[in-house]
Amino acid sequence: MNNTELKKEILRISGVNVKKCMKCGKCSASCPAYDEMEFHPHQFASMIDNGEIEPLLRSDSLYRCLSCFACMERCPRGVEPAKLIEAVRLTAIRKQGANRMTADDVPQMLDDNTPGQLLVSAFRKYTK
Amino acid sequence: MQRIGVFVCWCGSNIAGTVDVHAVAEALKTESGVVFSTDYQYMCSQAGQDIIKNAIHEHSLTGIVVCSCSPRMHEATFRKTAAAAGLNPYMVEIANIREQCSWIHKDMLSGTEKAIILGKAAVAKVNLNAPLTPGQSTVTKRALVIGGGIAGIQTALDIADAGFPVDIVEKKPTIGGKMAQLDKTFPTLDCAACILTPKMVDAAQNENIRIYSYSEVTEVGGYVGNFDVTIKRKARYVKEDICTGCGLCTEKCPQKKVPNEFNLGMDNRRAIYIPFAQAVPKVATIDADYCTMLKTGKCGVCAKVCTAGAIDYNAKDEFVKEKYGAIVVATGYNPISMEKFDEFAYSQSKDVITSLEFERLTNAAGPTSGKLLRPSDGEHPHKIVFVQCVGSRCENCAEKGKEYCSKICCMYTAKHAMLIRDKYPDTDVYVFYIDVRTPGKAFDEFYRRAVEEYGVHYIKGMVGKVVPEGKKLLVQASDLINGKQLHIDADLVVLAAAIEPDKSARPLATMLTASMDTNDFFTEAHPKLRPVESPTAGVFLSGCCQGPKDIPETVSQASAAASKVIGLLVKDHLTGNPCIAQSNELMCNGCSSCERVCPYGAITYEEKEFRMPDRTTKLRRVASVNPAVCQGCGACTVACPSGAMDLNGFKNNQIMAEVDAICKM
Ligand SMILES: Cc1cc2nc3c(=O)[nH]c(=O)nc-3n(C[C@H](O)[C@H](O)[C@H](O)COP(=O)(O)OP(=O)(O)OC[C@H]3O[C@@H](n4cnc5c(N)ncnc54)[C@H](O)[C@@H]3O)c2cc1C
Ligand code: SF4
Ligand code: SF4
Ligand code: SF4
Ligand code: SF4
Repeated sequence: MNNTELKKEILRISGVNVKKCMKCGKCSASCPAYDEMEFHPHQFASMIDNGEIEPLLRSDSLYRCLSCFACMERCPRGVEPAKLIEAVRLTAIRKQGANRMTADDVPQMLDDNTPGQLLVSAFRKYTK
Repeated sequence: MQRIGVFVCWCGSNIAGTVDVHAVAEALKTESGVVFSTDYQYMCSQAGQDIIKNAIHEHSLTGIVVCSCSPRMHEATFRKTAAAAGLNPYMVEIANIREQCSWIHKDMLSGTEKAIILGKAAVAKVNLNAPLTPGQSTVTKRALVIGGGIAGIQTALDIADAGFPVDIVEKKPTIGGKMAQLDKTFPTLDCAACILTPKMVDAAQNENIRIYSYSEVTEVGGYVGNFDVTIKRKARYVKEDICTGCGLCTEKCPQKKVPNEFNLGMDNRRAIYIPFAQAVPKVATIDADYCTMLKTGKCGVCAKVCTAGAIDYNAKDEFVKEKYGAIVVATGYNPISMEKFDEFAYSQSKDVITSLEFERLTNAAGPTSGKLLRPSDGEHPHKIVFVQCVGSRCENCAEKGKEYCSKICCMYTAKHAMLIRDKYPDTDVYVFYIDVRTPGKAFDEFYRRAVEEYGVHYIKGMVGKVVPEGKKLLVQASDLINGKQLHIDADLVVLAAAIEPDKSARPLATMLTASMDTNDFFTEAHPKLRPVESPTAGVFLSGCCQGPKDIPETVSQASAAASKVIGLLVKDHLTGNPCIAQSNELMCNGCSSCERVCPYGAITYEEKEFRMPDRTTKLRRVASVNPAVCQGCGACTVACPSGAMDLNGFKNNQIMAEVDAICKM
């Protein structure tokens, strides 16, 4: 897929209108995983709008996002950056062989400190 | 048979760009009644109007169709042109081939086709037009101003200055509005009280101005020049004309635990109170919700201490009925509630305040006598974070925020930051912004001074959350320029809350039949060309009730509204609109359908004697329209089941002729 098609696909999967973003950064100000992430939620919005999607696809940020939806909840413009991140993540893991984890990895991850939400999103990252 | 002239306007390229104007003029030539048809570059210009006048004379025209812009724009212009050439102005029809045609079509073919159809409809209508003569009505030479903030005060002073009596109705016990609560004002930093209170005193002393404080408008009837208004004077339990404003009662009242709204609840007042030292009128008011005497019949301290004998526990609400020629709405604004913005912890911490609360905290007459102290523990804050755009520019949070920019907060935040750094140079001040909007005279320079001279830290980015922890407020925010997430342990957080129209504005608009936008700001008759008039004749707009504004803008608009009012009140007679409803008594069966739908209350019924075909007489109930009250909205003509109601200038047969002309295509 070329960038234009990739962008279209990500916008379609996420259902997000990135043009609504007013570049206020409230999403990134709300993000608890900020320091772990190379690209931050507001950058997802603007980079996708610019068609700069490859760097996002390659970035570890996709798996650092906690899917806590704080950015979605706080965005004053209803942009829903978490859905964009989810869409890029799906695009990355749908590529064959791009699995980040196997079923066997799951039990190791189960401990009292892991939030349930994290596991739910971890399962989302698992294709088969 | 009419002799109709058709005039097709190019509107430069506005129309001619997508409509073949020659083809339109040519096509309409053959319509029934048309004896002349032409096109011209700008019909509304002097030369264009001359073409119309000459044609009226040369071709003895009895009717005119101008194919041009919306009638809202130039119907009045072309009616005047016709009248100047001796033609009844109501023999003019406009076919809107700009807004409803050229501007929305892209190709010449369909644009031209539609323009011809619209032209034919207008010709069909003019064929059935009849000359109309408007009635005349008198003008009551007194104005009403609703709301006594700086907007209402300025409007009233200007109207009074021109020699007309004017009443201010203010719902609070004193006039002054929000400006009375402010400390210093941007961009010049003069003290709000020093420039406002002299105006309040002027208003009180002006013999043309009557102030109804602690009062509200409850009913509006009538029409431009002759409004009938009912004003409710709420019982204040203190005789206004006897109270000297000495304030003794407010010191002796034992009920001390009433949240003081003037200081936004940051301190307490008594149950009997004078909002602030410079209040106008300076008289006490008893708050019935808290007064023990009024609630339980026990106390009566204020009556005992009042040497003037002004207290009257038996006072009742009074209703005053008054006639006005013009009404000015100046109901202002309020900051929105911060309760729903959990992320900023406004409800959790006393040290998260709004900007208006901040004004009271730095005000020498405020709860801390102007010392900047934390509301929670009275300590001096050393690190202060300001958050701009809280609840403004918020698209998805309709239930808590507003979509628009509140316009004043960038500037007052710069002011606050500067004032702190000036008084307390040991305090670190951060301002988080999305944009800094400073379009105004000397505004950007003002903001730059905050940054360059006063060392305020302006950081581009929003605050994500504020978490109270111990004595600190942990602020997590974006620094977009440096690509960082910041964590600041602040002592005080100030939220620049969005502003919204007063909650009473919506019911008031209904009473006035004045229109509002979806945000409940009053709409102006034209956003550019008639900014201080509402579309309802005789109702004018002043100040923040029309949209967010700072004081300089409010005052200019207030004076502009006053000049419009004066222009109306100097007239002895007003020419009405002859396009009003008329009922055919022979067809009316007195069913009351029309009365129920009339929004202006223009319809009444009378018992009338009619001669029947058998020569007997019969008493029948029939509708009758008050021509001075009817606004010609046409609601009744649709509601009438027997087709007895018709609208002059828009008669049923005229509308049907238009529809037929369109359908015949
Ligand atoms: C924190 C803050 C700081 C500001 N600082 C500045 C500054 O430094 N410089 C500057 O230029 N501007 C400043 N402003 C803006 C300024 O407050 C407004 O421009 C100005 O007050 C608008 O005046 P107004 O008369 O339209 O509205 P208001 O001041 O709101 O007055 C409206 C009046 O109408 C009354 N009212 C409402 N409804 C009714 C009703 N139904 N019947 C009867 N009476 C009614 C209200 O009680 C009130 O008295 C600031 C605003 C805020 C929030
Ligand atoms: S959903 Fe992801 S990007 Fe959004 S705030 Fe949570 S961790 Fe950050
Ligand atoms: S919070 Fe919303 S509007 Fe603001 S930068 Fe993030 S996505 Fe854009
Ligand atoms: S009510 Fe009486 S005591 Fe109170 S302020 Fe008025 S004059 Fe003074
Ligand atoms: S004036 Fe400034 S702070 Fe207020 S809403 Fe507009 S941009 Fe935001």
